[in-house]
Amino acid sequence: MEIASQCLLVLQKELRHLWRARARATATATFALACLFLFSFAGGLDGDTLRDNAAGYLWVGLLLASTLALGESFRVETEHGALEALLLFPVHPVALFLGKALGNMLTLLAVGLAMVPFAVALFDAAPREGVPTLAACVLSGSAAIAAPGTMHSALASRARARDVLLPLLLFPLVLPCVVAATQATRLAITGDPMNQLGSWLSVTVAFAIVHWSLGALLFPLVVED
Amino acid sequence: MDAPAAIAARDLGRRFAGRWAVRGVTLEIPASQMVMIHGPNGSGKTTLLRVLSSAISPSQGEVRVHGVPAVEARRRIALLSHADGHYDELSGRDNLALAKELGKMPGSVDGVLDAVGLASRADDPVRAYSAGMRKRLAFARLLLKEADVVCLDEPYAALDPEGHALVDDVLRQLRARGATVLVSTHQVRRVAGLVDHAIRLENGHVAAQVPAAQVSPAALAAAPAGGDA
Repeated sequence: MEIASQCLLVLQKELRHLWRARARATATATFALACLFLFSFAGGLDGDTLRDNAAGYLWVGLLLASTLALGESFRVETEHGALEALLLFPVHPVALFLGKALGNMLTLLAVGLAMVPFAVALFDAAPREGVPTLAACVLSGSAAIAAPGTMHSALASRARARDVLLPLLLFPLVLPCVVAATQATRLAITGDPMNQLGSWLSVTVAFAIVHWSLGALLFPLVVED
Repeated sequence: MDAPAAIAARDLGRRFAGRWAVRGVTLEIPASQMVMIHGPNGSGKTTLLRVLSSAISPSQGEVRVHGVPAVEARRRIALLSHADGHYDELSGRDNLALAKELGKMPGSVDGVLDAVGLASRADDPVRAYSAGMRKRLAFARLLLKEADVVCLDEPYAALDPEGHALVDDVLRQLRARGATVLVSTHQVRRVAGLVDHAIRLENGHVAAQVPAAQVSPAALAAAPAGGDA
Protein backbone atom coordinates (compact mmCIF):
# COMPACT_ATOMS: atom_id res chain seq x y z
CA MET A 1 0.00 0.00 0.00
CA GLU A 2 2.85 2.34 0.88
CA ILE A 3 4.55 1.49 -2.42
CA ALA A 4 1.37 2.45 -4.30
CA SER A 5 1.02 5.81 -2.52
CA GLN A 6 4.75 6.57 -2.96
CA CYS A 7 4.48 5.59 -6.64
CA LEU A 8 1.66 8.10 -7.13
CA LEU A 9 3.64 10.82 -5.34
CA VAL A 10 6.69 10.14 -7.53
CA LEU A 11 4.46 10.24 -10.63
CA GLN A 12 2.94 13.52 -9.43
CA LYS A 13 6.46 14.92 -8.97
CA GLU A 14 7.46 13.74 -12.45
CA LEU A 15 4.48 15.43 -14.07
CA ARG A 16 4.96 18.64 -12.09
CA HIS A 17 8.65 18.71 -13.01
CA LEU A 18 7.79 18.02 -16.64
CA TRP A 19 5.35 20.93 -16.65
CA ARG A 20 7.80 23.33 -15.00
CA ALA A 21 10.55 22.29 -17.44
CA ARG A 22 8.18 22.15 -20.40
CA ALA A 23 10.72 23.77 -22.71
CA ARG A 24 12.67 20.49 -22.59
CA ALA A 25 9.53 18.43 -23.25
CA THR A 26 8.70 20.70 -26.17
CA ALA A 27 12.21 20.21 -27.54
CA THR A 28 11.75 16.43 -27.37
CA ALA A 29 8.45 16.62 -29.25
CA THR A 30 9.97 19.00 -31.82
CA PHE A 31 12.84 16.58 -32.36
CA ALA A 32 10.37 13.73 -32.97
CA LEU A 33 8.43 15.86 -35.47
CA ALA A 34 11.67 16.88 -37.18
CA CYS A 35 12.49 13.17 -37.60
CA LEU A 36 9.12 12.60 -39.30
CA PHE A 37 9.73 15.58 -41.56
CA LEU A 38 13.16 14.24 -42.58
CA PHE A 39 11.76 10.76 -43.20
CA SER A 40 9.15 12.30 -45.51
CA PHE A 41 12.02 13.53 -47.70
CA ALA A 42 14.15 10.40 -47.35
CA GLY A 43 11.20 8.15 -48.27
CA GLY A 44 10.91 9.48 -51.81
CA LEU A 45 7.89 10.81 -53.68
CA ASP A 46 5.79 7.68 -54.03
CA GLY A 47 2.70 8.21 -51.88
CA ASP A 48 1.96 4.47 -51.46
CA THR A 49 5.50 3.77 -50.24
CA LEU A 50 5.35 6.65 -47.79
CA ARG A 51 1.99 5.45 -46.50
CA ASP A 52 3.24 1.84 -46.16
CA ASN A 53 6.30 3.01 -44.25
CA ALA A 54 4.54 5.66 -42.13
CA ALA A 55 4.32 3.35 -39.08
CA GLY A 56 8.05 2.65 -39.24
CA TYR A 57 8.87 6.35 -39.50
CA LEU A 58 6.61 7.08 -36.55
CA TRP A 59 8.21 4.47 -34.30
CA VAL A 60 11.81 5.22 -35.29
CA GLY A 61 11.10 8.93 -34.66
CA LEU A 62 9.54 8.17 -31.28
CA LEU A 63 12.36 5.80 -30.33
CA LEU A 64 15.02 8.42 -31.16
CA ALA A 65 13.10 11.09 -29.24
CA SER A 66 12.65 8.72 -26.29
CA THR A 67 16.39 8.76 -25.61
CA LEU A 68 16.14 12.52 -24.96
CA ALA A 69 13.17 12.17 -22.62
CA LEU A 70 14.57 9.14 -20.79
CA GLY A 71 18.04 10.66 -20.41
CA GLU A 72 16.54 13.85 -19.01
CA SER A 73 14.42 11.83 -16.61
CA PHE A 74 17.51 10.61 -14.72
CA ARG A 75 19.67 13.68 -15.28
CA VAL A 76 17.41 15.59 -12.88
CA GLU A 77 17.76 12.80 -10.32
CA THR A 78 21.55 12.71 -10.37
CA GLU A 79 22.40 16.38 -10.96
CA HIS A 80 22.15 17.46 -7.31
CA GLY A 81 21.91 14.07 -5.64
CA ALA A 82 18.09 13.99 -5.61
CA LEU A 83 18.04 10.24 -6.17
CA GLU A 84 20.11 9.67 -3.05
CA ALA A 85 17.87 12.04 -1.08
CA LEU A 86 14.77 10.16 -2.26
CA LEU A 87 16.21 6.83 -1.13
CA LEU A 88 17.04 8.32 2.26
CA PHE A 89 13.52 9.78 2.81
CA PRO A 90 13.07 6.73 2.42
CA VAL A 91 11.27 6.01 -0.86
CA HIS A 92 10.96 2.35 -1.79
CA PRO A 93 13.00 1.75 -4.98
CA VAL A 94 10.09 -0.15 -6.56
CA ALA A 95 7.80 2.87 -6.02
CA LEU A 96 10.49 5.06 -7.52
CA PHE A 97 10.78 2.83 -10.59
CA LEU A 98 7.04 2.58 -11.15
CA GLY A 99 6.49 6.32 -10.65
CA LYS A 100 9.29 7.30 -12.99
CA ALA A 101 8.39 4.67 -15.60
CA LEU A 102 4.76 5.83 -15.57
CA GLY A 103 5.93 9.43 -16.00
CA ASN A 104 8.13 8.40 -18.93
CA MET A 105 5.32 6.37 -20.46
CA LEU A 106 2.97 9.37 -20.35
CA THR A 107 5.67 11.56 -21.91
CA LEU A 108 6.22 9.09 -24.77
CA LEU A 109 2.48 8.70 -25.21
CA ALA A 110 2.02 12.46 -25.46
CA VAL A 111 4.89 12.79 -27.97
CA GLY A 112 3.60 9.78 -29.94
CA LEU A 113 0.08 11.14 -30.12
CA ALA A 114 1.42 14.55 -31.14
CA MET A 115 3.24 12.83 -34.02
CA VAL A 116 0.10 11.14 -35.37
CA PRO A 117 -1.54 14.18 -37.06
CA PHE A 118 1.81 15.09 -38.64
CA ALA A 119 2.23 11.52 -39.87
CA VAL A 120 -1.29 11.66 -41.32
CA ALA A 121 -0.47 14.92 -43.10
CA LEU A 122 3.02 13.99 -44.32
CA PHE A 123 2.37 10.37 -45.33
CA ASP A 124 -1.37 10.39 -45.99
CA ALA A 125 -1.59 7.91 -43.14
CA ALA A 126 -5.15 8.33 -41.89
CA PRO A 127 -5.86 5.18 -39.82
CA ARG A 128 -8.35 2.90 -41.57
CA GLU A 129 -8.92 0.97 -38.35
CA GLY A 130 -9.85 4.17 -36.51
CA VAL A 131 -8.04 6.61 -34.24
CA PRO A 132 -8.70 4.63 -30.99
CA THR A 133 -6.92 1.58 -32.48
CA LEU A 134 -3.97 3.71 -33.51
CA ALA A 135 -3.93 5.32 -30.04
CA ALA A 136 -3.90 1.84 -28.48
CA CYS A 137 -0.84 0.97 -30.60
CA VAL A 138 0.96 4.13 -29.45
CA LEU A 139 -0.02 3.47 -25.82
CA SER A 140 1.19 -0.15 -25.77
CA GLY A 141 4.42 0.75 -27.59
CA SER A 142 5.08 3.66 -25.21
CA ALA A 143 4.55 1.37 -22.21
CA ALA A 144 6.88 -1.22 -23.74
CA ILE A 145 9.68 1.34 -24.28
CA ALA A 146 9.19 3.23 -20.99
CA ALA A 147 9.98 0.39 -18.59
CA PRO A 148 13.32 -0.79 -20.06
CA GLY A 149 14.05 2.85 -20.92
CA THR A 150 13.70 3.93 -17.29
CA MET A 151 15.80 1.00 -16.14
CA HIS A 152 18.62 1.65 -18.60
CA SER A 153 18.46 5.39 -18.10
CA ALA A 154 19.16 4.73 -14.40
CA LEU A 155 22.02 2.40 -15.35
CA ALA A 156 23.52 4.85 -17.83
CA SER A 157 23.15 7.83 -15.48
CA ARG A 158 26.18 6.66 -13.51
CA ALA A 159 28.40 6.55 -16.61
CA ARG A 160 30.36 9.44 -18.06
CA ALA A 161 29.22 8.70 -21.61
CA ARG A 162 25.59 8.31 -20.54
CA ASP A 163 24.16 10.10 -23.59
CA VAL A 164 25.78 7.53 -25.88
CA LEU A 165 25.35 4.58 -23.56
CA LEU A 166 21.57 4.84 -23.22
CA PRO A 167 20.71 4.28 -26.92
CA LEU A 168 23.43 1.62 -27.18
CA LEU A 169 21.82 -0.32 -24.31
CA LEU A 170 18.21 0.44 -25.13
CA PHE A 171 17.85 0.06 -28.90
CA PRO A 172 18.84 -3.63 -29.20
CA LEU A 173 16.69 -4.47 -26.18
CA VAL A 174 13.49 -2.82 -27.42
CA LEU A 175 13.87 -3.99 -31.01
CA PRO A 176 11.22 -6.77 -30.68
CA CYS A 177 8.64 -4.38 -29.24
CA VAL A 178 9.41 -1.71 -31.85
CA VAL A 179 8.92 -4.31 -34.62
CA ALA A 180 5.62 -5.45 -33.05
CA ALA A 181 4.39 -1.88 -32.43
CA THR A 182 5.35 -0.91 -36.00
CA GLN A 183 3.43 -3.86 -37.47
CA ALA A 184 0.39 -3.12 -35.31
CA THR A 185 0.50 0.57 -36.28
CA ARG A 186 0.98 -0.29 -39.97
CA LEU A 187 -2.14 -2.47 -39.89
CA ALA A 188 -4.05 0.27 -38.03
CA ILE A 189 -3.12 2.70 -40.84
CA THR A 190 -3.42 0.52 -43.93
CA GLY A 191 -6.23 -1.72 -42.74
CA ASP A 192 -6.33 -5.17 -41.16
CA PRO A 193 -8.21 -7.58 -43.44
CA MET A 194 -6.55 -10.69 -41.91
CA ASN A 195 -7.14 -9.66 -38.26
CA GLN A 196 -3.43 -9.69 -37.41
CA LEU A 197 -3.37 -6.40 -35.52
CA GLY A 198 -4.48 -7.97 -32.24
CA SER A 199 -1.60 -10.48 -32.34
CA TRP A 200 1.02 -7.77 -32.86
CA LEU A 201 -0.55 -5.68 -30.13
CA SER A 202 -0.44 -8.70 -27.80
CA VAL A 203 3.29 -9.10 -28.46
CA THR A 204 3.83 -5.44 -27.54
CA VAL A 205 1.74 -5.75 -24.37
CA ALA A 206 3.52 -8.99 -23.37
CA PHE A 207 6.88 -7.29 -23.87
CA ALA A 208 5.68 -4.39 -21.69
CA ILE A 209 4.47 -6.71 -18.91
CA VAL A 210 7.77 -8.63 -18.86
CA HIS A 211 9.86 -5.43 -18.71
CA TRP A 212 7.70 -3.65 -16.11
CA SER A 213 8.02 -6.76 -13.93
CA LEU A 214 11.76 -7.10 -14.53
CA GLY A 215 12.24 -3.40 -13.84
CA ALA A 216 10.42 -3.58 -10.51
CA LEU A 217 12.55 -6.59 -9.59
CA LEU A 218 15.96 -5.25 -10.67
CA PHE A 219 15.67 -1.50 -10.17
CA PRO A 220 16.58 -1.64 -6.44
CA LEU A 221 19.90 -3.27 -7.43
CA VAL A 222 20.58 -0.48 -9.93
CA VAL A 223 19.89 2.53 -7.73
CA GLU A 224 21.31 1.33 -4.41
CA ASP A 225 25.04 2.03 -4.38
CA MET B 1 20.02 -5.36 28.83
CA ASP B 2 21.75 -2.18 27.56
CA ALA B 3 20.14 -0.32 24.67
CA PRO B 4 22.12 -0.73 21.45
CA ALA B 5 24.36 2.14 20.38
CA ALA B 6 22.74 4.79 18.19
CA ILE B 7 25.43 4.11 15.58
CA ALA B 8 27.64 1.04 15.61
CA ALA B 9 30.13 0.43 12.83
CA ARG B 10 32.37 -2.61 12.70
CA ASP B 11 35.48 -2.85 10.51
CA LEU B 12 33.89 -0.44 8.07
CA GLY B 13 35.46 0.14 4.67
CA ARG B 14 34.50 1.71 1.39
CA ARG B 15 36.47 1.46 -1.82
CA PHE B 16 36.20 3.64 -4.93
CA ALA B 17 37.86 2.49 -8.17
CA GLY B 18 40.17 0.15 -6.28
CA ARG B 19 41.23 2.72 -3.69
CA TRP B 20 40.08 2.60 -0.08
CA ALA B 21 38.49 5.91 0.95
CA VAL B 22 37.66 4.53 4.40
CA ARG B 23 39.05 1.34 5.89
CA GLY B 24 38.90 -0.52 9.18
CA VAL B 25 36.74 2.01 11.02
CA THR B 26 35.10 0.66 14.15
CA LEU B 27 32.88 3.08 16.05
CA GLU B 28 30.21 2.95 18.69
CA ILE B 29 28.31 6.15 19.35
CA PRO B 30 25.79 6.11 22.20
CA ALA B 31 22.40 7.78 21.73
CA SER B 32 22.20 11.56 22.18
CA GLN B 33 25.93 12.09 21.70
CA MET B 34 27.31 14.75 19.40
CA VAL B 35 30.55 13.80 17.71
CA MET B 36 32.77 15.92 15.50
CA ILE B 37 34.66 14.30 12.65
CA HIS B 38 37.74 16.19 11.70
CA GLY B 39 40.54 15.61 9.24
CA PRO B 40 42.33 17.01 6.21
CA ASN B 41 40.78 17.05 2.74
CA GLY B 42 40.58 13.53 1.33
CA SER B 43 40.80 11.89 4.74
CA GLY B 44 37.47 10.09 4.24
CA LYS B 45 35.06 12.25 6.28
CA THR B 46 32.41 12.54 3.58
CA THR B 47 32.63 8.86 2.66
CA LEU B 48 32.39 7.83 6.31
CA LEU B 49 29.27 9.94 6.85
CA ARG B 50 27.70 8.65 3.65
CA VAL B 51 28.32 5.04 4.63
CA LEU B 52 27.12 5.57 8.21
CA SER B 53 23.91 7.19 6.96
CA SER B 54 23.36 4.36 4.40
CA ALA B 55 23.54 6.75 1.44
CA ILE B 56 26.15 4.35 0.04
CA SER B 57 26.82 0.78 1.05
CA PRO B 58 30.11 -0.28 2.64
CA SER B 59 32.59 -2.42 0.71
CA GLN B 60 33.34 -4.22 3.96
CA GLY B 61 31.96 -4.28 7.51
CA GLU B 62 28.51 -3.20 8.60
CA VAL B 63 26.65 -0.26 10.12
CA ARG B 64 23.83 -0.68 12.60
CA VAL B 65 21.60 2.15 13.75
CA HIS B 66 19.82 1.53 17.04
CA GLY B 67 20.58 -2.16 16.59
CA VAL B 68 19.26 -2.64 13.06
CA PRO B 69 21.08 -2.44 9.72
CA ALA B 70 21.33 1.21 8.68
CA VAL B 71 19.42 0.63 5.42
CA GLU B 72 16.43 -0.57 7.43
CA ALA B 73 16.64 2.43 9.76
CA ARG B 74 16.59 5.13 7.06
CA ARG B 75 13.45 6.69 8.48
CA ARG B 76 15.49 7.53 11.61
CA ILE B 77 18.53 8.91 9.76
CA ALA B 78 19.04 12.31 8.13
CA LEU B 79 22.05 13.33 6.06
CA LEU B 80 23.11 16.81 5.06
CA SER B 81 25.63 16.30 2.27
CA HIS B 82 27.44 18.40 -0.34
CA ALA B 83 24.81 17.43 -2.94
CA ASP B 84 21.66 19.08 -1.64
CA GLY B 85 19.19 16.73 -3.37
CA HIS B 86 16.80 19.45 -4.57
CA TYR B 87 14.91 19.59 -7.86
CA ASP B 88 15.84 22.83 -9.61
CA GLU B 89 12.54 23.32 -11.42
CA LEU B 90 10.39 22.89 -8.30
CA SER B 91 9.99 25.60 -5.69
CA GLY B 92 11.55 25.34 -2.24
CA ARG B 93 8.09 24.69 -0.80
CA ASP B 94 7.36 21.97 -3.42
CA ASN B 95 10.67 20.26 -2.66
CA LEU B 96 9.88 20.17 1.05
CA ALA B 97 6.25 19.11 0.52
CA LEU B 98 7.48 16.24 -1.64
CA ALA B 99 9.96 15.16 1.05
CA LYS B 100 7.30 15.42 3.76
CA GLU B 101 4.75 13.33 1.87
CA LEU B 102 7.16 10.72 0.52
CA GLY B 103 9.04 10.29 3.80
CA LYS B 104 6.02 10.80 6.06
CA MET B 105 8.08 13.44 7.84
CA PRO B 106 6.51 14.90 10.97
CA GLY B 107 7.65 18.55 10.74
CA SER B 108 5.74 21.50 9.31
CA VAL B 109 6.85 22.79 5.89
CA ASP B 110 6.01 26.41 6.73
CA GLY B 111 7.61 26.07 10.15
CA VAL B 112 10.98 24.88 8.82
CA LEU B 113 10.96 27.38 5.94
CA ASP B 114 10.51 30.11 8.54
CA ALA B 115 13.21 28.61 10.77
CA VAL B 116 15.84 28.71 7.99
CA GLY B 117 14.83 32.16 6.76
CA LEU B 118 13.42 31.10 3.39
CA ALA B 119 9.73 31.84 3.97
CA SER B 120 9.73 34.86 1.64
CA ARG B 121 11.36 32.91 -1.23
CA ALA B 122 9.57 29.60 -0.64
CA ASP B 123 7.62 29.72 -3.91
CA ASP B 124 10.57 30.59 -6.13
CA PRO B 125 12.07 27.76 -8.18
CA VAL B 126 15.21 26.36 -6.57
CA ARG B 127 17.23 27.16 -9.70
CA ALA B 128 16.88 30.83 -8.68
CA TYR B 129 18.44 30.17 -5.25
CA SER B 130 22.03 31.00 -4.35
CA ALA B 131 24.33 28.28 -2.99
CA GLY B 132 23.67 29.51 0.55
CA MET B 133 19.91 29.41 0.06
CA ARG B 134 20.12 25.89 -1.32
CA LYS B 135 22.03 24.91 1.81
CA ARG B 136 19.37 26.52 3.99
CA LEU B 137 16.71 24.54 2.13
CA ALA B 138 18.70 21.38 2.78
CA PHE B 139 18.67 22.30 6.48
CA ALA B 140 14.91 22.84 6.27
CA ARG B 141 14.49 19.28 4.94
CA LEU B 142 16.74 17.97 7.69
CA LEU B 143 14.60 19.71 10.33
CA LEU B 144 11.42 18.47 8.67
CA LYS B 145 12.46 14.85 9.15
CA GLU B 146 13.11 15.18 12.90
CA ALA B 147 15.46 12.19 12.63
CA ASP B 148 17.16 10.91 15.75
CA VAL B 149 20.45 10.17 13.97
CA VAL B 150 21.78 13.15 12.04
CA CYS B 151 24.90 13.27 9.87
CA LEU B 152 26.07 16.73 8.83
CA ASP B 153 28.81 17.03 6.23
CA GLU B 154 30.43 20.46 6.27
CA PRO B 155 27.27 22.22 7.49
CA TYR B 156 28.93 25.66 7.55
CA ALA B 157 30.12 25.52 3.93
CA ALA B 158 28.58 28.10 1.52
CA LEU B 159 26.80 29.97 4.32
CA ASP B 160 27.13 33.63 5.34
CA PRO B 161 27.67 34.65 9.01
CA GLU B 162 23.90 34.60 9.59
CA GLY B 163 23.86 31.10 8.14
CA HIS B 164 26.68 30.08 10.49
CA ALA B 165 24.55 31.26 13.41
CA LEU B 166 21.66 29.23 11.99
CA VAL B 167 23.83 26.09 11.97
CA ASP B 168 24.89 26.75 15.57
CA ASP B 169 21.23 27.08 16.46
CA VAL B 170 20.31 23.85 14.65
CA LEU B 171 23.10 21.99 16.43
CA ARG B 172 21.81 23.26 19.78
CA GLN B 173 18.26 22.24 18.85
CA LEU B 174 19.42 18.77 17.86
CA ARG B 175 21.30 18.44 21.11
CA ALA B 176 18.32 19.68 23.13
CA ARG B 177 16.01 17.06 21.65
CA GLY B 178 18.51 14.27 22.23
CA ALA B 179 19.45 13.49 18.62
CA THR B 180 22.67 11.63 17.93
CA VAL B 181 24.73 13.89 15.71
CA LEU B 182 27.84 13.33 13.63
CA VAL B 183 29.24 16.54 12.26
CA SER B 184 32.14 16.76 9.88
CA THR B 185 33.68 20.23 9.86
CA HIS B 186 36.87 22.25 9.71
CA GLN B 187 35.29 24.80 12.09
CA VAL B 188 36.78 23.06 15.13
CA ARG B 189 36.64 26.03 17.51
CA ARG B 190 33.04 26.82 16.59
CA VAL B 191 31.79 23.30 17.29
CA ALA B 192 34.15 22.40 20.13
CA GLY B 193 31.79 23.65 22.86
CA LEU B 194 28.88 21.58 21.59
CA VAL B 195 30.35 18.14 20.97
CA ASP B 196 30.95 15.26 23.37
CA HIS B 197 34.06 14.11 21.59
CA ALA B 198 35.92 14.38 18.33
CA ILE B 199 37.36 11.88 15.92
CA ARG B 200 40.32 12.64 13.70
CA LEU B 201 40.42 10.82 10.40
CA GLU B 202 43.57 10.39 8.34
CA ASN B 203 43.80 8.40 5.12
CA GLY B 204 40.47 6.76 5.85
CA HIS B 205 41.47 5.52 9.30
CA VAL B 206 40.53 6.80 12.75
CA ALA B 207 43.79 8.47 13.76
CA ALA B 208 42.65 9.78 17.13
CA GLN B 209 39.69 10.29 19.42
CA VAL B 210 39.67 13.31 21.70
CA PRO B 211 37.30 13.96 24.63
CA ALA B 212 35.18 17.12 24.72
CA ALA B 213 37.38 19.03 27.15
CA GLN B 214 40.38 18.72 24.85
CA VAL B 215 38.74 19.44 21.52
CA SER B 216 40.80 22.04 19.68
CA PRO B 217 42.69 22.04 16.38
CA ALA B 218 45.99 21.52 18.21
CA ALA B 219 44.70 18.73 20.43
CA LEU B 220 43.19 16.91 17.48
CA ALA B 221 46.44 17.13 15.56
CA ALA B 222 48.54 16.02 18.52
CA ALA B 223 46.30 13.27 19.92
CA PRO B 224 47.85 9.80 19.90
CA ALA B 225 46.30 7.20 17.60
CA GLY B 226 43.55 5.24 19.29
CA GLY B 227 43.17 7.74 22.13
CA ASP B 228 40.11 7.19 24.28
CA ALA B 229 36.96 9.19 23.85
